[in-house]
Amino acid sequence: MVSLKPNSRKILELAGVPALAIVLGLVVGAIAMVWMGYSPVQGYRGLFAGIFGDSFSFGETIRSMTPLIYTGLAVAFAFKTGLFNIGVEGQFVLGMLAGALVGAALPGLPWLIHVMLAIGAGALAGACWAAIPGLLKGKFGVHEVITTIMLNYVSLILVNFLIRNYFRVTAQEATANVAPSADLTIVALKHLTGGARVHWGILIALLFMVAIAFILYRTTLGYEVRAVGFNPMAAQYGGINVTKNIVLAMLISGAVAGAGGAVEILGVFGRMAVSPVLPGVGFDGIAVALIGNNNPFGVLFGAFLFGALKTGAIQMQYQTQVPYAIIRVVIAGIVFFVATKEMVRWLLRLKRREA
Amino acid sequence: MEPVIEMRSISKVFPRVVANDKINISVAPGEIHALLGENGAGKSTLMNVLYGLYQPTEGDIYIHGKKAEITNPNAAIAMGIGMVHQHFMLIPPMTVAENIVLGHEPRKFGFLDLSRAVERVEEISRRYGLQVDPRAKVENISVGMQQRTEILKALYRGAEILILDEPTAVLTPQEITELFEIMRNLIKEGKSIIFITHKLKEIMAVSDRVTVIRRGRVVDTVRTRDTNPQDLAAKMVGRQVSLQINKQIGVPGEKIMELIDLYALSNRKLPALRGVSLEIRRGEIVGLAGVDGNGQSELVEVIAGLRKAQSGKVMMLGRDITNYTPRKVISCGISHIPEDRQARGLVLDFNIEENMILETYYQDGFANGLILNHKQIEQHARRLIREFDIRPTDEKAFARSLSGGNQQKVIIAREVDGDPELLIAAQPTRGLDVGAIEFVHKRIVGQRDRGKAVLLVSLDLDEIMALSDRIAVIYEGRIVGAVSASEATEEMLGLMMAGAAG
Repeated sequence: MVSLKPNSRKILELAGVPALAIVLGLVVGAIAMVWMGYSPVQGYRGLFAGIFGDSFSFGETIRSMTPLIYTGLAVAFAFKTGLFNIGVEGQFVLGMLAGALVGAALPGLPWLIHVMLAIGAGALAGACWAAIPGLLKGKFGVHEVITTIMLNYVSLILVNFLIRNYFRVTAQEATANVAPSADLTIVALKHLTGGARVHWGILIALLFMVAIAFILYRTTLGYEVRAVGFNPMAAQYGGINVTKNIVLAMLISGAVAGAGGAVEILGVFGRMAVSPVLPGVGFDGIAVALIGNNNPFGVLFGAFLFGALKTGAIQMQYQTQVPYAIIRVVIAGIVFFVATKEMVRWLLRLKRREA
Repeated sequence: MEPVIEMRSISKVFPRVVANDKINISVAPGEIHALLGENGAGKSTLMNVLYGLYQPTEGDIYIHGKKAEITNPNAAIAMGIGMVHQHFMLIPPMTVAENIVLGHEPRKFGFLDLSRAVERVEEISRRYGLQVDPRAKVENISVGMQQRTEILKALYRGAEILILDEPTAVLTPQEITELFEIMRNLIKEGKSIIFITHKLKEIMAVSDRVTVIRRGRVVDTVRTRDTNPQDLAAKMVGRQVSLQINKQIGVPGEKIMELIDLYALSNRKLPALRGVSLEIRRGEIVGLAGVDGNGQSELVEVIAGLRKAQSGKVMMLGRDITNYTPRKVISCGISHIPEDRQARGLVLDFNIEENMILETYYQDGFANGLILNHKQIEQHARRLIREFDIRPTDEKAFARSLSGGNQQKVIIAREVDGDPELLIAAQPTRGLDVGAIEFVHKRIVGQRDRGKAVLLVSLDLDEIMALSDRIAVIYEGRIVGAVSASEATEEMLGLMMAGAAG
C-alpha cells in the first residue's frame, strides 16, 4: 500500500509535465501571434481544423507523424543505454537511399517480400551508419554526440554524391521510381481521405513500437541495455559486456531510424531526390523522445503531437495567414518546458519547496 | 554551570519527514558531549541547524544563555561555533597555513602576510598540542594531519564549541588515540566539543555525556560513566542487540584462492598493487586491514575481473583465473559485495527483482533463450526478500527507495544465494546501523561455517578483529604482514597499517 502513493504521483508527473508543457507552449505561441498582430483564437482554430478538421487533414496528420515514430523510437532506445544518438537524422537519410534503391530494383516480386526487403535494406543501411559512432564510442570512448552530429552532414553529402554519380535516372537528380510491388500506399484509405498520403508505414511503425518495448522490457538484451544505461559500473560488475551493449544499442537504434527512412520513401516520396538540406525528422525525433520520456508508448504520443502541429500549421497559414513559423515557436516552447521539467514540476506543485 | 549551548525543543520538518522532533540538548563548558544515533536518526540535521545551514521549523538556540539567531554558517562562526566535517573542506595544492587562514587572512599592505599566518598557526598549534607543519602542502600530508588542519581552521576562527562529525572514520588506531588526546587538551583549554559518532567504544573512551537520538527524538542523555555499550546500543536501536559476534574457532581447510605477486595500477595510472601475495582457505575468514587508499579497492577489483592485473596470478582452486572477465570470475564461484553499493552493487533505477538477477538474468530459469521469464524472476525475488528480511517486502520497489541497510541486504542476498566458494566482502557494513551490521556479520560468519572462504576488506579495525580468523595488513600496495586473529592486538595492527613491518 505504501508504494501506491509514489506510483500515482509518478503517473501524474509523467502525464502532467507534457500536458502542462503543451499548454505553456501554446501560450507562448499565442503571445507571439498577438505580438505579430494576429488573433490567436483564429490562429488556433485554423490549427485545430488543420489537424482534425476533415478526413484529409487527419490523414495528413497520420502521414506526418509516421516517420517521427521511427526516429523517436531510435533516439529513445539509444538513450536507454545512456547514448545520445543525435545521428538519427543521418541514419534515416541512409535508410531512405537504401529503401529507394531496393524499392526500385527487383520489380515484380511479391508485394510483401519486396516491401520487407526494401525496409530491411533501409534498416541495414541505418545500422551500418550507426555502427561507426557505436564502435568509436565502445572501443575508444569517443563521445557519440560529436561523432553523430558530424556524420549527419557527411550522410547528406554522401547520399547526394551517390545519387548524382551512380543512381540518377536520365536528366533528373533523383533515383528511379519505386516499383508498384514495393509501394506502401493504402489505395482505399487514400480515396477515403481525399488523397491524403496515409500509408502502411504507420502500421509498421506500431509494430516497431511494440517490438522495441518488447526488447526493452521482456528480453535479456533489453535488461542488459537498460542496466548499462542506468549504471554502467554495476552492469560491468554483474558481468554484462558494456562495450558490446553500446555498439548493439547503436546498431538497433540506427536500424529503426533507417527503416523509417525506407518507409518514408516507399510510402510518400516514391523515389529519393538530391536535397540541399537534411529532412529534419531525425532532429524532431529527439524532441519526440523527450516528450515521450524515452518510453516507446510515450514516443507514439510525442510523434502524434509533432505530426499534428506540423500538419495543422499548413492549414492555419492557408486559412488565417498566421505564418507557419509560429508553430515552430510553439514546438520550441513545448520542448523547452519539457526540458525544464523541474520548473514545470514546481508549477504543478508536485514538489513542495524545501527550506 | 550555565551551558555554552542549549538547544530547546528543536524541530525540523522536511516535506514528508520529521527529521528532528522537539530535541533538547545542552552542552556544558569544558565537556565532550557525544551525539549517538543510527544513520538517518537526525544527528546531522541537528548539527546543521546549529551551524546555520538549516533553519529550525520550531525551537530556539541559546548560546551562553542568550537566545541566538543562527541564520548561516558565518553567523555560527561569529558566535564561536566551529565544525569539522566528515569530508574535509581543504584545498590540496595550498599549504596548511594558507588553508587555515583562508577567508580571514592576515594582511600587510593589502597583501597576504604569509609569515604572520605561519606564526599564528604555530602559536595555536602549540597551545592546543596539535602539531602540524604549517608550510607543508595539504596534498602531501596524511589524513590525520588534514584533520588537524581542519580543527586548527576552526580554532583560528575563534571557535569555542567544536562539532566533530564522525572524525574517526578515516583514521588509524594510533591517529584515533592522538585525536582523543587533542580533544582532551582542547577541553582543558576551556573549549567544548560535540562529538558525533556511532562507535560505542569511542564514546566510552572519550566523552563525558552522551545524548542518544532515535528517529528524530532524544531517547536519553546520560553520563558516560553511568552507562555501558550494551545499554547505549539498545537505546540507539530500540531493542536489545548483540554486540558480541558468536563464532566458533574456524577450521581452515584446503586452499581456495591464492594471489601470487599481483601488480596493478590505480585509476590515476599510478602503481596501486606492488606484489600482493595472499592465500585464503576453506572455512576461514581472512581480514584485510589497512588505511583507506592502500590498494584494497584495487585488489578486490583485480580479483573480481574489474581491473587488469599487470602481472602476477590469481589462482582459484588451482586454476589460473587472472584477468578473467567479471562473468567468468563469477562462474568460478566467486561472489563480491562491492565497497560502494550504490555505484557498483545496485542499479538504483531497477527494482528489487531486477537487481536480484544482475549476474544471473541470462541463465536458465530466468530466461528462455532471449525472453525473460518474469514469473520466475518475481518468485526468486520474493523468496530472497523473505529469507533476508528485506523491507519493504515489495519486489517491485526501486532500489533507490530502500534504506542503506536494505540496499545492502539486497546485495548480500544476491551474492550469498549462489552459494559461492569465495565471498569477497568489501566494506560490507559501511554506513549501516547497528541492527543491520549484526545481520551482515551473521551472514559472513555463516558462509565460513558452511565451509566456504571469505575475504573481508574493511577500514574498521574492530570489525576486522571481531570477524577474522586471520588478518593481513596492506600498506602501499603490499601485504606487510599476516597474523592469526587470536594473536593480533590493535597496537600491532596499527603499526603495520602505518607501514612498520610486522
